[in-house]
Amino acid sequence: MIPLSYYLMLSGILFVCGVLGFLIKRNIITIFMSIELMLNGVNLSFVAFAAHWHSLNGQVFVFFVMVVAAAEAAVGLAIIIAVYRTRETLNVDQVNLLKL
Amino acid sequence: MFHLILFLFFGAICVAGAVNLLVQSHPINSALSLVVVMASLAAEYLLLGAEFVAAVQVIVYAGAIMVLFLITIMLLNAGKEERTKSSRVATLLGVPAVMIGAVLVAWTLLHRSNMQTPVHIGALPGNVQDIARLLFHDFLLPFEVTSVLILIAIMGAVVLASRPEAVDRGARKDG
Repeated sequence: MIPLSYYLMLSGILFVCGVLGFLIKRNIITIFMSIELMLNGVNLSFVAFAAHWHSLNGQVFVFFVMVVAAAEAAVGLAIIIAVYRTRETLNVDQVNLLKL
Repeated sequence: MFHLILFLFFGAICVAGAVNLLVQSHPINSALSLVVVMASLAAEYLLLGAEFVAAVQVIVYAGAIMVLFLITIMLLNAGKEERTKSSRVATLLGVPAVMIGAVLVAWTLLHRSNMQTPVHIGALPGNVQDIARLLFHDFLLPFEVTSVLILIAIMGAVVLASRPEAVDRGARKDG
């Protein structure tokens, strides 16, 4: 038997790690992975609350979050490839102009 | 007691993977530690009794999305990230801000007494059939909308990642 707050703690730690990576990382792909980490943290809290309230809606929402995350990963990585084609770099500090 | 040991074991792996993602400077290492995080999260979902979510987590996240990431990293031949002046600024401002956020989350969790409800394996009332009934009856419209979203994402990814000259050639052929 595990208290719900343990799951929420783990979810909070994962989310905070994601935010930290988003802020301090300079590689655009790693920043993208940090976003996925944040989504995973939120998913864990969704499932934990679904168990807490004895409701399945939380699991269905996790399913939708995963679908949106997959779509986001596909489009985002395509944008990263397009950016790399024009800039020849993955460092976000050097991607500071909207138009070359 | 056994559940708690399993939870702590996989939770420790999960947090270690997340910290490793931040520490590593090469994107491939970060991606592989993210796979570790997602696999151990699937184990946590199993501990919560959410078998369907655990399976989808492994298939979609640890399978599809991470393969997409790894292919992109290898395609772009991404090397070690270089540190610049503004990355020091981001670290100096970002770390305290994140610490404040973490303290707020921890304070909220610790001061809510009704968060102490224990959960255990099989605590969730339904199985995959119930989820399917929910997905195809109550959430039918959102489910269909996500299929449209996926279609748009596929088309967007193809258009964005294809070479500009290939798009021009296709347009000239059409017009």
